[in-house]
Amino acid sequence: MPKIIYDQNLCKACGLCVEFCPVKAIVFTDNLNEKGYRVLSFNQEVCTACGTCYRMCPDLAITVHREGR
Amino acid sequence: MAEILTRPESLTQIPFHYCPGCTHGIAHRLVAEVIDELGMVEKTIGVASVGCSVLAYDYFNLDMQQAAHGRAPAVATGIKRALPDKIVFTYQGDGDLASIGMGEIVHAAGRGENITVIFINNSIYGMTGGQMAPTTLMGQKTTTTPEGRSPQNGLPLKVSEMLATLDGATYIARVALFDPGQVTKAKKAIKTAFIVQEKGLGFSLVEILSTCPTNWGLSPVKALKYVKETMTQYYPLGEFKKPEGVL
Amino acid sequence: METVLMKGNEALAEAAIRAGLKVYFGYPITPQNEVGEYLAKNLPKAGGTFLQAESEVAAINMVYGAAGAGVRTMTSSSGPGISLMQEGISYIAGAELPVVLVNMMRGGPGLGGIQPSQSDYFQATKGGGHGDYRLIVLAPSSVQELYDYTMLAFDLADHYRNPVMVLGDGLLGQMMESLTLKPYTPAFPLEEKTWATRGRKNRSPNIINSLYLDPEKLFSHNTKLFKKYQEIAEKELRVEVINEKAEFFFVAYGSSARISLKVIELLKEKGIKAGLIRPITLWPFPYTVIAEKVNQSKGFMVVEMSMGQMVEDVERAVKSQKPVYFYGTAGGIVPSPQKIYERTLEILEGGRNNG
Repeated sequence: MPKIIYDQNLCKACGLCVEFCPVKAIVFTDNLNEKGYRVLSFNQEVCTACGTCYRMCPDLAITVHREGR
Repeated sequence: MAEILTRPESLTQIPFHYCPGCTHGIAHRLVAEVIDELGMVEKTIGVASVGCSVLAYDYFNLDMQQAAHGRAPAVATGIKRALPDKIVFTYQGDGDLASIGMGEIVHAAGRGENITVIFINNSIYGMTGGQMAPTTLMGQKTTTTPEGRSPQNGLPLKVSEMLATLDGATYIARVALFDPGQVTKAKKAIKTAFIVQEKGLGFSLVEILSTCPTNWGLSPVKALKYVKETMTQYYPLGEFKKPEGVL
Repeated sequence: METVLMKGNEALAEAAIRAGLKVYFGYPITPQNEVGEYLAKNLPKAGGTFLQAESEVAAINMVYGAAGAGVRTMTSSSGPGISLMQEGISYIAGAELPVVLVNMMRGGPGLGGIQPSQSDYFQATKGGGHGDYRLIVLAPSSVQELYDYTMLAFDLADHYRNPVMVLGDGLLGQMMESLTLKPYTPAFPLEEKTWATRGRKNRSPNIINSLYLDPEKLFSHNTKLFKKYQEIAEKELRVEVINEKAEFFFVAYGSSARISLKVIELLKEKGIKAGLIRPITLWPFPYTVIAEKVNQSKGFMVVEMSMGQMVEDVERAVKSQKPVYFYGTAGGIVPSPQKIYERTLEILEGGRNNG
């Protein structure tokens, strides 16, 4: 099960998750979603599934699966 | 055992129309998480107000009533008095609650009305294009204070402090959403507020210092910094009134 | 004289400043926010005061106070806000205070929508507030008229000691058109407001009030008000008639009048001579002007952005002597000239086929 499921079409590229991810696993790409917002990329290996990105996302674009917690 | 952090049941699938980085989205989600976790989904009725969150009736997966500008506490009173064993909350902005609705909120709190008020304070009128709010800070530029707020427009209102002086108010707290730690604290305050209602202990209000990146002219991340560094100077965080031994 | 390109809401605000507006009280509501914002920026520069009130209820009572103090004052809003102001408007009319009110109409009822409508006609002309009173109601149909009639509104209000409403819609408020910034010249000689509450110096107290507990006194007060309304009806009616000799008349005001002019153009291409009766004052209403066209006209088509309000006044004027038709859209929809044209053809050519 991937740690992060990201719905790019809900994302508005606000940058809050990028700012607060403690392991810097999230970056902007140059791709655009259907509304014209830049799409994010999540590094699933570096991610610790801490849930910070879910907590800061105003648009519920991120679902986090936390194993064994 | 796996834990999944995803859209709460109390939110519909409808994407939020809010501006990028607007903390309305976080606030909506926290309220919905609390309602889910307290098992209140089927007995909660929400009252949407007039402001950017006017469409809240489309976002909460609950029975909702749409209230006229400022009148949500009165509408909520009507619902709660009609159905006392239901959970009733309002979701209001600073224009709705502290400007036109000041009479209604003071009296709902004064009556000790057993409702929960979620008060989103971003010190500006978002929906109508950036006019001054009662909570606009001194010197802050808005479309109706183009030179910055000055004493002739009055001084900003501290709603939590004011309402906490009322004997009828039970739980009054001010929180913010400017970083993950604050978001967790905010959720705790919202949960306390709903538990106060569930236990029939009286009126609860959580004031949430929020951002308006669009009308402040700041990026979403810079807007959060403005709340942390500037807004909290005038609007201190904390619990202004709390009943003994609630949680 | 300068000619500029300006937005309707801003044009009316500029006109108010030039007409001597001294204090403005208002509350944000779409689609008229530019009025307050323009005044927030420019009224202090002209020596006046702008205050954003906490609500429309507060705003109308602030306006009452300022007007009672003898100072030119104004507020602006849209449907839901004007509804909140009704108590205050009734008090203002009862106390005979000069006040300018602006309503830029939006879709209703309730919270409604933010797109244009004309669904506050009843509210403006038939009361809205409690008791027997009348507002003088001006209906501009261009940015220039928003400017010209806002200036006139201040003069009518002062001369008759009555509230005057400038009734626009969201379309007029938002559109930008060329505007000639005519200098302000009072429509009446401006008289000193000796009745105002400014501090009692060498005179007995002035009282601004609408309470008359003695029914005889209240009856005679109402009679006095209605004598005033009679005078206004005789002297202040304003109406425009396009194509006096037409065989069919549209009756419309504001944005609907402009749309009707386009329909008249389309009908002309079909050889149909249609005209327009455009009330500029909605109160007083041009009953006799419409009645005068009954003999020559096949009928009247009333076009409104509502479910039918002014049409009732047209029916009153026509007294069932000729058919009165109605074309309306609500919810913020602005009607299409093409659709009105087709409907009118149906009516007129249907008639011919049957005749």
